[in-house]
Amino acid sequence: MMDDLTQYPLTLEGADAPMVSFRNVTKRYGSLTVLEGLDLDVAEGEMIAIIGPSGSGKTTVLRMLMLERIQEGVIYVDGKPITHQAKNGKLVPASDRYLRRAREPIGMCFQHFNLFPHMTALQNCMEGPVQVLGMSRRDARERAEDLLEMVGMIDKKDQHPSRLSGGQQQRVAIARALAMRPKVMLFDEVTSALDPEVIGEVTNVIKKLVTEHNLTMLMVTHQMGFARDISDRVCFFYGGRIEEQGKPAELFDNPQRERTQQFLSAVKSAD
Amino acid sequence: MSYWEFLSEYGPRLIDGTLVTAAQFFLAAALAIVIALIAGLMKLSPYLPVRAPAVVYIEVFRGTSLLVQLYWIFFVLPLFGVSFDKFTAGFVAVGMNLGAYGAELVRGGIQSVPKGQWEAAYSLSMSPLRRMWRIILPQALLNMLPPWGNLLIELLKGTALVALISVADLMFEARQINGSTYLSAQTFGSALIIYYIFARLIITPFMRWLERVMRRKLGRA
Ligand SMILES: Nc1ncnc2c1ncn2[C@@H]1O[C@H](COP(=O)(O)OP(=O)(O)O)[C@@H](O)[C@H]1O
Ligand SMILES: [Mg+2]
Repeated sequence: MMDDLTQYPLTLEGADAPMVSFRNVTKRYGSLTVLEGLDLDVAEGEMIAIIGPSGSGKTTVLRMLMLERIQEGVIYVDGKPITHQAKNGKLVPASDRYLRRAREPIGMCFQHFNLFPHMTALQNCMEGPVQVLGMSRRDARERAEDLLEMVGMIDKKDQHPSRLSGGQQQRVAIARALAMRPKVMLFDEVTSALDPEVIGEVTNVIKKLVTEHNLTMLMVTHQMGFARDISDRVCFFYGGRIEEQGKPAELFDNPQRERTQQFLSAVKSAD
Repeated sequence: MSYWEFLSEYGPRLIDGTLVTAAQFFLAAALAIVIALIAGLMKLSPYLPVRAPAVVYIEVFRGTSLLVQLYWIFFVLPLFGVSFDKFTAGFVAVGMNLGAYGAELVRGGIQSVPKGQWEAAYSLSMSPLRRMWRIILPQALLNMLPPWGNLLIELLKGTALVALISVADLMFEARQINGSTYLSAQTFGSALIIYYIFARLIITPFMRWLERVMRRKLGRA
């Protein structure tokens, strides 16, 4: 069935317009439907934790914002559609170029950091500002150094990633994403590849972002305690749908759905 | 005639030939690198009209013999109004042939860069060209260097064929000397040694050095 694009607005306006909005979004890989009819609004400054069993589509939610095309529905970021563009007053699928531009307000951190191995920590953080934003090297360096300071990595700014531990690499990766001054940050299991003793380095940086900055964040995590501490809302994904969502205290202490209860007790007994 | 007498008599001609071989080698190598880069990138394009010419080029030049290609460029192309002097025809043929092999190395090198690198570059909103040039190629280059070392040695061996269109390279001089003296062992023995020295004492150590320098630059020392 063709998606009727006229049902979606060209822009989202008004003071209470969400920063990120998924409207009836379906994502398929070939014949496999990974997410179906997803509706999710994220307010400006809101921190959303995404939890759920492996394969439930958590990563895909973030990847649709930054890396993947969708098959149905529309995604809006900062009021504008990113998956579609307006042409003659109608929405049409976005061109590659439009899509890339529309994603500029989004930053992403990956499970495996994906730092550029041929650049130092500082160069990693300067690359986007210099190459994409056209900043002078001096300004970009200043911004990069501020951010490396913020994540506690200024001492290692001239090291290549191969010389850094996982926790250190992830902190540099966060600084690299922040150097683009995003409005929305995506974290995909950023502590899953880390040794337990360095997880705190990274979660502390994310905590700092939550308290000191007005970023909108979507964070996929397996750390229930962390999700509970810092998120404004928790979305529990199951089988490519949001099975249940709510304030962390409500969802963790008083889950309504059976699958949520099962998942949470399974996670608890695994800890 | 002792070998020393042979060398003092014919050494200068062997050296002249070696210099021509060196020139053929460097020009063909430069051409091969440029062609490999362009054809390798084209072959990775998602657009068929960009990809198709590269695929055809690589197939044709890898699927037929270098000698036949050399003859085509020197003897047949003039019939279509494109003519090269023999020196140019020589390195162009060798460069185009080895460039086709190099294109596959470029393609493989680029594909060996982890997908996460593309995604990280994309997530910084880098344009496709910048992603390739700033992020992917430098890493691909390092992965490609060892096989390029082998390819350049193949290329050196390939240059010996230009003697067959009378470019006065090392092989050509050796054949001439042999034709007038019948000192085959001395003549071709010397040629053998010179090619070997060129390959193993110049090309291989240079590539190793380049790899070390790149590794250090890329922080993987
Ligand atoms: N590139 C892909 N091609 C095909 N299937 C994929 C791809 N990426 C993810 N999937 C499938 O989509 C489903 C959801 O994956 P994912 O979003 O990574 O789950 P989660 O992050 O919750 O573990 C899984 O069944 C996975 O196999
Ligand atoms: Mg995942």
